[in-house]
Amino acid sequence: MNQPVELQPDETFVLNVGPQHPATHGVLRIKMEMNGEYIVHAETVVGYIHRMHEKMGEIKTYPQFLMNLSRLDYLGAMGYSHCHALCVEKAAGIEVPKRAEYIRVIMVELNRISSHLVWLGAFIMDLGGFTPLLYTFQAREHILDMMERITGARLTYCYIRFGGVSRDIDDQFIQSARDFMPYMRKELVKYHKLVTGNIIFKKRLIGMGHISPEMCRKYGASSGVARGAGINFDIRRNEPYSVYPELEFEVPVYDGCDNMSRYMVRMDEIEQSLRIVEHALDQLPDGPVMPKKAPKNIKPPAGDYYQATETARGTFGVRLVSDGSTTPYRMKLRSPTYSNMHLFDEACKGLMIMDAMAMMGTLDLVIPEIDR
Amino acid sequence: MILTLTILLAVIIAIAWAAFNAAYLVLAERRGAGIIQRRPGPNINGPFGLLQPPLDGIKLMAKQLIIPDGADKFMYISAPVLVMCPAIMSFVALPYSDWLQAQNIDVGLLMVFAFASMGTMGIVFAGWSSRNKYSLMAAMRSVSQAVAYEIPMIITALTITLMAGTTNLDAIVAQQSENFFHWNIFPLFGETHNILMPFSFLIFFICSMAETNRAPFDLGEAEGELVAGFHIEYGSMGFGLFFMGEYANIVIGATLATIFFLGGWSCPFGLFPGVWWFLIKMYAIIFTIIWIRWTFPRTTIYGLLNLSWKILIPASLVNLLLTAGLMKVF
Amino acid sequence: MINYFREIFSGLWSLFVGMKVTFIEAFSPKVTVSYPYETLKMCDAYRGHIELIENENGDPNCVCCMSCVRACPSGCISLTGEKPEGGKKKVLTSYNLDFTKCSLCSACVEACNFNAIEHSKEYNLASRNKEDFHFDLLARLRERNQ
Repeated sequence: MNQPVELQPDETFVLNVGPQHPATHGVLRIKMEMNGEYIVHAETVVGYIHRMHEKMGEIKTYPQFLMNLSRLDYLGAMGYSHCHALCVEKAAGIEVPKRAEYIRVIMVELNRISSHLVWLGAFIMDLGGFTPLLYTFQAREHILDMMERITGARLTYCYIRFGGVSRDIDDQFIQSARDFMPYMRKELVKYHKLVTGNIIFKKRLIGMGHISPEMCRKYGASSGVARGAGINFDIRRNEPYSVYPELEFEVPVYDGCDNMSRYMVRMDEIEQSLRIVEHALDQLPDGPVMPKKAPKNIKPPAGDYYQATETARGTFGVRLVSDGSTTPYRMKLRSPTYSNMHLFDEACKGLMIMDAMAMMGTLDLVIPEIDR
Repeated sequence: MILTLTILLAVIIAIAWAAFNAAYLVLAERRGAGIIQRRPGPNINGPFGLLQPPLDGIKLMAKQLIIPDGADKFMYISAPVLVMCPAIMSFVALPYSDWLQAQNIDVGLLMVFAFASMGTMGIVFAGWSSRNKYSLMAAMRSVSQAVAYEIPMIITALTITLMAGTTNLDAIVAQQSENFFHWNIFPLFGETHNILMPFSFLIFFICSMAETNRAPFDLGEAEGELVAGFHIEYGSMGFGLFFMGEYANIVIGATLATIFFLGGWSCPFGLFPGVWWFLIKMYAIIFTIIWIRWTFPRTTIYGLLNLSWKILIPASLVNLLLTAGLMKVF
Repeated sequence: MINYFREIFSGLWSLFVGMKVTFIEAFSPKVTVSYPYETLKMCDAYRGHIELIENENGDPNCVCCMSCVRACPSGCISLTGEKPEGGKKKVLTSYNLDFTKCSLCSACVEACNFNAIEHSKEYNLASRNKEDFHFDLLARLRERNQ
């Protein structure tokens, strides 16, 4: 213990953050080389909950694998099932009734709101404020109750089927969704009062955690990270799918490249999602929610198919290579958080550990979705 | 002989009072957080959850005290004691009424501040001896924070001393006791007509929050990045002592604010004895601190230091100068 | 200089605005349910583990077509059936659910064409033994009938 220590003028030490650490929201590990409180170099280590979803996709039949998609991202499960369903439907040529497609969009957008609400609460908890988390969970509870009544689950929905959805929505759901809109808008005003205007919060967000558009392009970042850097890219607009071309919404873009921009993008997205749900409820057509002859055995013709959607966390892509059998030859899931997270290594250099954690909060990481 | 016994009894009562407050403020904090977050909080054990603190204490005591491998044992064990003891010692000098005080000390104000500064030493000991990088960083933060916030706090206390002309806490209260508007916080009717007093109170309030490592200044235990801060390696009653020390320090801060600015036990209407008024004022301040904790996010370490060095220290210095000037004029 | 003071005062003001929000919330009613003392009813669509459905004679509806076994993504259902002497239909002799693997996806219920299985509304499932979650659904059905 009493050996002489050779001190270097800029001596660094390695801080191991995670795999169990309150700020990483799961089992992400970050090896940080620190100089005092400043980060010199950081390296994210993933793979602690790798569950081989892609391999499972290759050995399971299409309807069997559909259930796995809800397990990627436990907060925004609906968007991932939607993408997979769209891809397989495109491959196998399954027609989706209009009403089913509208219901899917309503559910996906509600799920996006609930996902953003959890992000908001967890992000502020990273900054040390605990109470907003409970408030966002109260609002989220309304969404979960609505969705549970229809889908039967609160997180892992398994609601979308090839060709439609498993259950039709009823008047009670429509009514509660309509009642939810003014409630949520009021809640948003409350969050802005409690959080956005707060001087401590502003000081920690404005101008902190710079992520340039070049860096976003380099790493393939999407969602609030890219849109917070001024890149106007939203799959719903740029490569329209489903019924999004028929719905009115705006893509919020801020070009501050800092934590505040990313935060504001997500807050505005909640508002835009409310608009989409409202509009979709107005336009909701009548009809069946599954095609007359729902396909039992799905065997897409041999080929290479790709479908991307905008999930709560960014651009999610499913690449499907079919050899004409009941199981895919290759199933590649392009998860948005995996790309977003790798920004962290580069963007956190020179930041203090507090600001680096705040920046990581704005990336909206969900670890099971990174590891798949 | 009888005098010695009385003093001994008074000291024991002071210790009991500190420990009681520390234990039940934890409950108050958790219930308060529950109320703000629209949930009940701990309400199962006993009526209103009143048995929660003793049960928590038993649970903590029943746990094994694990000393990390390679830790500096002596410092590791002495750190929680060093946090709790000075806090209890300060209670000896604090007057709760003209008759309810363990020992009337002429330099009571100095004594309280002297002991309050010692708490930081315990935190540094804990952070350094735990042999954990997180706790070391937390300890370093705590030191810079304590240094930065003790200065404006003591300068503000100096302002009060200047006005009162004494460091005896009893005497400071006695000067404000004439009626409601003679409290130091009300500027216009007091003897000095010092219009800066509300600002002094604000500075003192912010500093006492920062001194006691309370949110939004709880950088020493920032769970978001440093997991649990300086007490990360502590379990069992070691952790319990840190916790109690923190709350005892809050009580000291609130008591001092009451004595300096809110007229101590002087009562505006005289409905009940002065000591009750004192407690009402003190707990009002404590609940405000709890309320603040559950509202705001945490500041950054440089934001915290900026606030102290750029705003609070100049403000308190200006305040001291102007007060001295006003004293001369009136 | 003016900006310096403006920042201080606008900052202070924003803190008071935030405190007002939590103050109002503090006087709003509670939204939680204290769980073991109060419980919520599960909605109709809730997906618990599966249970067999009986016909009016008290026998299971199941005809051992194995479509639930094939549909299950995790392979947690195993069932056997045999033809009784002189009978035409297969009769279910055992129906085992390995709940440790089940992910409550509802694929088996949807695959069933004979209205033989449904989701239960049970959610209070906790145990220290893995074996407690190997359900013998046929035995559970008989237990229910008694």
